[in-house]
Amino acid sequence: MIIEVNGEKKQLDQQQVLAEAITHWGYECALIAVAHNDEFVPRSRYTAIQLQDGDRLEIVAPMQGG
Amino acid sequence: MTAPNWEIGGRALGSRLLLGTARYPSLAVLQQAIHASGAAIVTVSLRRESASGRAGSQFWRTIKELGVQVLPNTAGCKTVKEAVTTAEMAREVFETPWLKLEVIGDDYTLQPHPFLLVEAAEALCRRGFEVFPYTTEDLVVAERLIQAGCKILMPWGAPIGSGQGLNNPYALRTLRARYPEISLIVDAGIGKPSHAIQAMEMGYDGVLVNTAVARATDPVQMGRAFGLAVAAGRLAYLAGAMLTQEMAEPSTPVTGTPFWHSAPPEPTK
Repeated sequence: MIIEVNGEKKQLDQQQVLAEAITHWGYECALIAVAHNDEFVPRSRYTAIQLQDGDRLEIVAPMQGG
Repeated sequence: MTAPNWEIGGRALGSRLLLGTARYPSLAVLQQAIHASGAAIVTVSLRRESASGRAGSQFWRTIKELGVQVLPNTAGCKTVKEAVTTAEMAREVFETPWLKLEVIGDDYTLQPHPFLLVEAAEALCRRGFEVFPYTTEDLVVAERLIQAGCKILMPWGAPIGSGQGLNNPYALRTLRARYPEISLIVDAGIGKPSHAIQAMEMGYDGVLVNTAVARATDPVQMGRAFGLAVAAGRLAYLAGAMLTQEMAEPSTPVTGTPFWHSAPPEPTK
């Protein structure tokens, strides 16, 4: 299935929860926050979100700002 | 760092200067500029992170080493939904309920969208955020933001990054006079330390600066200049400035002036 991550289409071979997908893509140690289909997902719910084909994820991290 | 003398958002801080962290030549210069300015609050943001890049983690380590309070922003948000989701993500990552709320309504001037700003502020105050709304100097919008639960307002001086200073001093003075109990911080458009002094002399509680420091020839020296300016402006406000008048008044006492009125006036022809 195809998941859109930060505007870029990524392939997932099997059904995965958000926590597994994040690890699969290499984000596991990064300080990040996630929105799933425009809804904020608290860290405590990463294992509860089952990803579906066509889902959109925003994965963000601290950055300089004014 | 100076002794705490300013209560804002439930914290006691030693400087009334808030410094943005964007557009510096390097992370090292940013770190030195924050240190030199004495700023106790710095603004930060969230951006898309690639799994390989990890630029965000490095930036965050640099900021954490300074031990300053962070104020995450919702820069770039144009809808209430975007602002609320960004705010929730920022609260988790930065571990603070403080939020600089930006909802932009015009791409050319980056003017805040007054209606959506109020709507987003209502939603975020309900969710327990300490909202620092980036707003215009409009009195009615200010009133609505206060009704929404904001205890702090951040009116613009001029468009973001323009360096024009305080474009509407009358409206800023009016806002100060109208809301003596609200913490008011001039955010955006400040270009020089003299602009910061002007805002502080009006009785503003603080000043937020980014580009003026980051894009100075020497950001570290300019950071220090802004720190001193904000402190000087505050002292001047507390000291109470003299009244201005049209005509001269000698500052040196005239009593006992040598030759005072001793010579007869020159005859007029």
